[in-house]
Amino acid sequence: MRHLLSTRDLSRDDAIALLDVAEDMAAVQEREVKKLPTLRGRTVVNLFFEDSTRTRISFEAAAKRLSADVINFSAKGSSVSKGESLKDTAQTLQAMGADGVVIRHPSSGAPFTLATSGWIDAGVVNAGDGTHEHPTQALLDAFTMRRRLHGAASRGRDLDGVRVVVVGDILHSRVARSNVWLLETLGAEVTLVAPPTLVPVDVSGWPAVIEYDLDRALAAGPDVVMMLRIQAERMQGAFFPNSREYARTWGLDDHRFAQLPETTMVMHPGPMNRGLEIAARAADSMQSTVREQVANGVSVRMAALYLLLSGERGETP
Amino acid sequence: MRTVLQQADLERALTRIAHEILEANRGADDLVLLGIPTRGVALAERLARIVSRIAGVDVPAGALDVTMYRDDLGRNPVRATHPTEVPGDGIDGRVVVLVDDVLYSGRTIRAALDALADLGRARAVRLAVLVDRGHREFPIRADYVGKNLPSSTRERINVHLAEVDGDDAVTIEGGDE
Amino acid sequence: MSESFLIRGATLPSGERADILLEGGRIADVGTLADAAGATVVDADGLVALPGLVDLHTHLREPGYEQSETVLTGTRAAAAGGFTAVFAMANTFPVADTAGVVEQELSLGEAAGYATVQPIGAVTVGLKGEQLAELGAMAASRARVRVFSDDGFCVFDPLLMRRALEYVKAFDGVIAQHAQEPRLTQGAQMNEGALSGELGLAGWPAVAEESIIARDVLLAEHVGSRLHVCHVSTAGSVEVVRWAKARGIDVTAEVTPHHLLLTEELVAGYDPRYKVNPPLRRQEDVDALRAALADGTIDIVATDHAPHPVEAKECEWDAAANGMVGLESALSVVQQTMVDSGLMGWADVARVLSATPARIGRLSGHGEPVAAGSAAELTLLDPTATADFGVDRLAGRSVNSPYLGRTLPGRVVATFHRGVPTVLDGEVRASDEIAAAFARLAEGSARG
Repeated sequence: MRHLLSTRDLSRDDAIALLDVAEDMAAVQEREVKKLPTLRGRTVVNLFFEDSTRTRISFEAAAKRLSADVINFSAKGSSVSKGESLKDTAQTLQAMGADGVVIRHPSSGAPFTLATSGWIDAGVVNAGDGTHEHPTQALLDAFTMRRRLHGAASRGRDLDGVRVVVVGDILHSRVARSNVWLLETLGAEVTLVAPPTLVPVDVSGWPAVIEYDLDRALAAGPDVVMMLRIQAERMQGAFFPNSREYARTWGLDDHRFAQLPETTMVMHPGPMNRGLEIAARAADSMQSTVREQVANGVSVRMAALYLLLSGERGETP
Repeated sequence: MRTVLQQADLERALTRIAHEILEANRGADDLVLLGIPTRGVALAERLARIVSRIAGVDVPAGALDVTMYRDDLGRNPVRATHPTEVPGDGIDGRVVVLVDDVLYSGRTIRAALDALADLGRARAVRLAVLVDRGHREFPIRADYVGKNLPSSTRERINVHLAEVDGDDAVTIEGGDE
Repeated sequence: MSESFLIRGATLPSGERADILLEGGRIADVGTLADAAGATVVDADGLVALPGLVDLHTHLREPGYEQSETVLTGTRAAAAGGFTAVFAMANTFPVADTAGVVEQELSLGEAAGYATVQPIGAVTVGLKGEQLAELGAMAASRARVRVFSDDGFCVFDPLLMRRALEYVKAFDGVIAQHAQEPRLTQGAQMNEGALSGELGLAGWPAVAEESIIARDVLLAEHVGSRLHVCHVSTAGSVEVVRWAKARGIDVTAEVTPHHLLLTEELVAGYDPRYKVNPPLRRQEDVDALRAALADGTIDIVATDHAPHPVEAKECEWDAAANGMVGLESALSVVQQTMVDSGLMGWADVARVLSATPARIGRLSGHGEPVAAGSAAELTLLDPTATADFGVDRLAGRSVNSPYLGRTLPGRVVATFHRGVPTVLDGEVRASDEIAAAFARLAEGSARG
């Protein structure tokens, strides 16, 4: 694997191989010495053009546990926000000898541009681009589902027949997009639930069922309910009347949560708006995987960095 | 291609190694056998069964993946990792016998010693291999050897095990090309 | 080199084969001609002779954005593409919203010598859409402005649009509208559809173009004015224009070469060379646009030549500028999409790329038929030359062409502007050679 830019172009075998490596990484996280010498001498740059402390520290922990040198490059407040181009930034990182670049960028496609421009030789990991994709989030979600379903027997398995309901702002969600493609690849059945204003205008090509009625989607007793964060700025865009109506119609409140089978996983990529898209009871329940998702995030990102950076350079996927 | 060990030879070699391990350890106390994936794991399990049968007590076997400790990762395509499975309550104070199919440069064993150190502090570490073909690049030697097989670097040694390959055999090929 | 040219054996737009004699800045004769004393003979065997091409929609960038293009480099690109006249859009800095700026633009064009530069005036002051610019003063200026446009921005306020349409009737002007509903296209990055949803790029819906065109044709009907629609890009827009024309509304419409050839699938690689406004659309739209150009619903092809410096395109998609250079490639793209596909003949090409744009813009001395007595504005095309479109084909200052690396048919072999070759043997001539030729021509006519 040369870069990890999207889940769209990830094959089933590659996805499962990555999840299996993540299992081995997770095992390392459970022992006293959590560090591996694997990427000693390699340099990973966290290039963040958007604030996201959670994602950055998750990648930072992953890289450090593989003994890579980590450079955090926050573009906010730096020369980049003063007009330095992505190209100049990339060439700076190249000159510094970056082997891997983890990029978070508000523009959809920016990681793709970085990876294909020829400005830099480093392997590129997309840590979230605009409203496009967030592949490591989808991988950690799949990893979390697989572990809850199959435990120690997870290795080598896909998510065949697992029924997943994703609820919220599909239109602007890179998490939703990455999950839709990956879950399809792994054999899961996806239902997307959102107000019609927050669904892209043409999703006929998406391997997912679109549903506007959350109660109907939940009545089918899905294996997984994934709640997405509602961004505050959506309130201004006339996507829905107000947060009260949103919470009432598309939130996982106490009543809806109580109706779910006890085996249904409740997922959220974080950070949560408690009381808006998810009620505290659901978020803090045994069914909630929120904290596992955070822990698994490190393992999955270790696996991604291992697969991108451990082999000889110039290898094509 | 010629066969250097057949199934019966292989069985005999493992039985001899099992006796040697018990003799050197003065019994089965504190023994843990850790195989290095992939074929080392199957060999460790076989050895553990034989040792257990001779000693009359259960000797545990597990797996020690050394991939992430290798010093040649950057020189090769990305390698798949394998699970590490340490039986029971770990290796602290135990005598660990590392088991692998072929001992060659010694680099795998060097990586295994590093991996082992991150798992805990073994009382002693021993090495058992089915075939020692020479050409060491590290000051490492095996404590228990099924067969010494002096070879040229151009030759390939193939170890077949029923659990992995469907049959038991050790063959050598490519020497005279 | 003499200042008269005998073009031997050219194929006229009608398909007839004829010799063409250019003398004293006019087409002196067309037919089977004897050698003319002193005339330079141009072998045009196998070449198509078209009236000099006229582009109703060019961004020359000067004054203000000379790092992208100047009047000199932009008209050089025009000549390379077979154009002899370009209408220069108003979004310069300062904006062409006063008589002073349009006269400056005109003078720069005269000095450049490669093509006639006809300035377009802004509809509103500073293109801000708030207050009418001095349309009358621009019309009465030496630049004789007849086309007004806020291109780049839509004249969105319906009352202001109505007033503009009415006002320019006084001097036979036309409003060229950039049809884009601003609220429906906030932050828009590409055509809205299945692909924009996948790529996570904010959508530019077809309805944002179609609703403005629908409003504007109704306004034009109501006040009895002439309306021109810039860069029509959707099948729905074609339907609206077709409906308006059937109703007798005085509307004309243009399509760009890139909307005749390229589709939104190219955006999938996030290569900003394909970022343009209006955006590349679907294959269904491309098919509808071709059919509409062939049946006359769309009147003309205009390039929307939009040069940008390299840094404006070497970046992430969101940050990249909209636009493509198009003058040098326009005729090749039209040949590929309309002629080679059998939808149009060369006479139609002469109509949509020369006669009609000159008529819409009320530009005299251009768009005249290849016949004795016409102005000597002429383009010779080798339609059999098929080649990789490389950067060597670009003659302007910028290289943001979406066609680099593509194979395109046709090559402009010669362009004559006011009887002087600006391109000869496929090479753009140096500006001092052209200036010297004009001087000799003026001397000759003074003596004659």
